[in-house]
Amino acid sequence: MTAQPLPEHPDFLWRTPEPRSSYDVVIVGAGGHGLATAYYLAKNHGITNIAVLEKGWLAGGNMARNTTIIRSNYLWDESAAIYEHALKLWERLPEELDYDFLFSQRGVLNLAHTLQDVREGVRRANANRLNGVDAQWLEPDEVAKVCPILNVSPRTRYPVLGATFQPRAGIAKHDHVAWALARRADELGVDLIQGCEVTGFLKDGDRVVGVETNRGRIHAGRVGLAAAGHSSVLAERAGVRLPVQSHPLQALVSELHEPVHPTVVMSNHVHVYVSQAHKGELVMGAGVDSYNGYGQRGSFHVIERQMAAAVELFPVFARAHVLRTWGGIVDVTPDASPIIGRTPVENLYVNCGWGTGGFKATPAVGWTFAHTLATGEPHPLNAPFALERFTTGALIDEHGAAAVAH
Amino acid sequence: MLLITCPWCGPRDETEYHYGGQAHVPHPENPGELTDEQWAAYVFYRDNPKGPFAERWMHSIGCRRWFNVLRDTATHEVLTSYRLDEPRPGGNR
Repeated sequence: MTAQPLPEHPDFLWRTPEPRSSYDVVIVGAGGHGLATAYYLAKNHGITNIAVLEKGWLAGGNMARNTTIIRSNYLWDESAAIYEHALKLWERLPEELDYDFLFSQRGVLNLAHTLQDVREGVRRANANRLNGVDAQWLEPDEVAKVCPILNVSPRTRYPVLGATFQPRAGIAKHDHVAWALARRADELGVDLIQGCEVTGFLKDGDRVVGVETNRGRIHAGRVGLAAAGHSSVLAERAGVRLPVQSHPLQALVSELHEPVHPTVVMSNHVHVYVSQAHKGELVMGAGVDSYNGYGQRGSFHVIERQMAAAVELFPVFARAHVLRTWGGIVDVTPDASPIIGRTPVENLYVNCGWGTGGFKATPAVGWTFAHTLATGEPHPLNAPFALERFTTGALIDEHGAAAVAH
Repeated sequence: MLLITCPWCGPRDETEYHYGGQAHVPHPENPGELTDEQWAAYVFYRDNPKGPFAERWMHSIGCRRWFNVLRDTATHEVLTSYRLDEPRPGGNR
């Protein structure tokens, strides 16, 4: 294993156009999800009269703040289908976008520390295999072979009793993913407009016909929201209430180290997840802070606990220094599954509620949300994730496989 | 870390408390008469404001009593805390 240099990128990957007065589709939020949606709208549906509006800078929200893990080992059929579709798209995207964003299929271990964890893990690995997702159950000695620096001694406070392993899971360089999608979307004619905050919606009766922004009114045939933590604040301006709660989710990186960590390790029970970035930083995260918040920072005790867990699992990290911590704002639904589809307001569509796990889904969000925006109908993969499930009761309770407590 | 004032025990670190989400969500008076939409609203939908938010906390490793806190979700400033039988300071919004 050797550290890889980061890919070179040219100075200008996309234009900086002035917003026009009207588009076929306006997407709010130029993060990974918004950019992927614009890309697939143009590529799969031939719709190129699109603006992606971003209140800050392109991919500067949760896309810049996530811990870059990609996997599809979810329990329920609906989740496995959409995340596995995403993983299959990830596998061909570097070539398709002609951009090496360092997609690395180094595998993910989800550790079990209790008998209940073991049973849940075995069940999930079996469910994954029935759904065509590569997954296996590993005993502690096999876990140690995959990740030799992991402490599988039976004498820790919460010993590793085994793990699920998905070999095709991995990581990718998140900023470069966004830039790769932005460049292609731009080439296909999409206007990417930064520093453009949506402050309200233009309505004709019960229909949305455009958006109000700090750079003027923009008319739109259809509007798609992809604003992550701010989705409910935005939707409220259109008179739509969403069943999401926004929470701070923190992450941190260490200083650079030689490549020592060959895979991704996640643990729900002691609550930490760790991978090593291509440059050498150890990238770590844990659960959300319990309270609602938009402050893009969380509480120190959350970091303290995850570091304690990390050092017990990886004694080799004991003297690593924290280089940087940060927070993103995630929108969490009651069943830990996303909402993608129609809203009660005509021509207004929403993609939100990804909680702590939106990055891995990026290409599948683009694929399915583009389909929904182009046709007005859900794609079979996002149909189960409609807003109506909170009324019908057809929830997709994915708290276990979401892996991060929320 | 938040510094939260328990109405009974005084100011303590956030780690002494358990979070309980939005305050002032009354149980339906006539549950048998609710439509599916009304049940969904009661069970799954909560306010999620960027700004002052009335929320419940429990002093879980102190007096173990529930109380309400008015906190700004954008700045994390704890504005005030009050007992469950007291109205939200400054009205509903």
